[in-house]
Amino acid sequence: MNEDKPATQHQDHSHHEHHHDHDHSHLDETALRVRALETLLLDKGYVDADALDKLIENCETKIGPRNGAQVIARAWMDTSFRQWLLDDATAAIASMGFSGRQGEHMVVLENTDEVHNMVVCTLCSCYPWPVLGLPPSWYKSAPYRSRAVSEPQQVLAEFGVSLPEGQQIHVWDSTAEVRYLVLPQRPAATESLDERQLAQLVTRDSMIGTGLPLSPDQVDLNDSPEHAS
Amino acid sequence: MNGVHDMGGMSCHGPVEVEENEPIFHSDWERRVLGLVLAAGATGQWNLDISRYARESLPPSQYLSIGYYRIWLLGLEKLLLQSGMISEEELASGRMEVKPIEVNRVLQAADVDAALAAGSPVTREPALPAQFASGQSVRVKNYQPTTHTRLPAYIRGHIGKIVRVHGCHVFPDSHALGLGEDPRWLYCVRFDADELWGERAESANGAIHVDCWEPYLQPVNS
Repeated sequence: MNEDKPATQHQDHSHHEHHHDHDHSHLDETALRVRALETLLLDKGYVDADALDKLIENCETKIGPRNGAQVIARAWMDTSFRQWLLDDATAAIASMGFSGRQGEHMVVLENTDEVHNMVVCTLCSCYPWPVLGLPPSWYKSAPYRSRAVSEPQQVLAEFGVSLPEGQQIHVWDSTAEVRYLVLPQRPAATESLDERQLAQLVTRDSMIGTGLPLSPDQVDLNDSPEHAS
Repeated sequence: MNGVHDMGGMSCHGPVEVEENEPIFHSDWERRVLGLVLAAGATGQWNLDISRYARESLPPSQYLSIGYYRIWLLGLEKLLLQSGMISEEELASGRMEVKPIEVNRVLQAADVDAALAAGSPVTREPALPAQFASGQSVRVKNYQPTTHTRLPAYIRGHIGKIVRVHGCHVFPDSHALGLGEDPRWLYCVRFDADELWGERAESANGAIHVDCWEPYLQPVNS
């Protein structure tokens, strides 16, 4: 599960206290309700206990932004892979072993000097699971869903991102089963880095479009491969 | 439906609150809800669109205030009741009181990896040729069904340009009502920011892209 660590570090954000439910009696009530429902579904034979555990384990360990970071790093290194990714993202991403639920129909959006792409699901929480994992709370929240389409520049400012004058913002609202992944621009001064090191620069938010990749001086590139991959 | 879930362009929801190093789940019950939603969904007693419809038709004040995993939990309870898999009494007591119904399948642990890796692709063979092509201007219909739709309100009536033809996809508006897959052509439509937001647009050259099924669109008469 620490697979996700590097991409969930956001040195570039302005942070806010997240307002979760602090009413513990309410929390306990929900926990009890969920436990009762689980017991009922197991007793009635609709759900297999081992399958349930395995589904959860899959979501916690097999999917996550480290997968997406590997895809982006490869695209930065290999121009023919990059072209394949832009032409047929589903197949190119599947070739790296990432496919399936909530990533059945992938489209990759390339950031350029002219265009910055940013992805939202205004209607619910659609998100490319195989390459990014489960969505963070803010992605599913009313502030992001309401404002990403109408005030993208201001939303980006809240993430600490200000774009160069003249770079247009293209917002993509995931209303269908097509899942969008942003291919961020390769940071400067990374010519000497290998694919594994490049992947360390790719943050989750840079693949949603609410962030930019890290620069090489922001990460410890000698970090062990276990952390990087 | 004109639901509270359809949030694009709404005001007064405040700033985006980012939690640093957010864990995948904030409590064990969230983890269990996710697992139960996936496992119960695998019975095949409903489809993805029916489950979205169940969540977005929760009472609006509840939808806005309870957090995403509670929305999933209430949605799941509703689906289990609707499909006759559990009774109100069982939901209240947590104990089996009526015999289980026969379900299409029960996902086994050995099949989990394969099921997740396969996913559920929604592209289908088209019955008819696509009515629109890339580069063409289209107007979004003033389409307001009272049931599930994936047409967000903020693009209704507006003109955009088709930038990509995604193929023929299962049509959620029919699928959510149990009317079959009813596959329709799906297009990615680009709208200029000032077309959608008028004077409120942050920049004249921004663009918003929305995936729209053919029944949502009409030709623009020149």
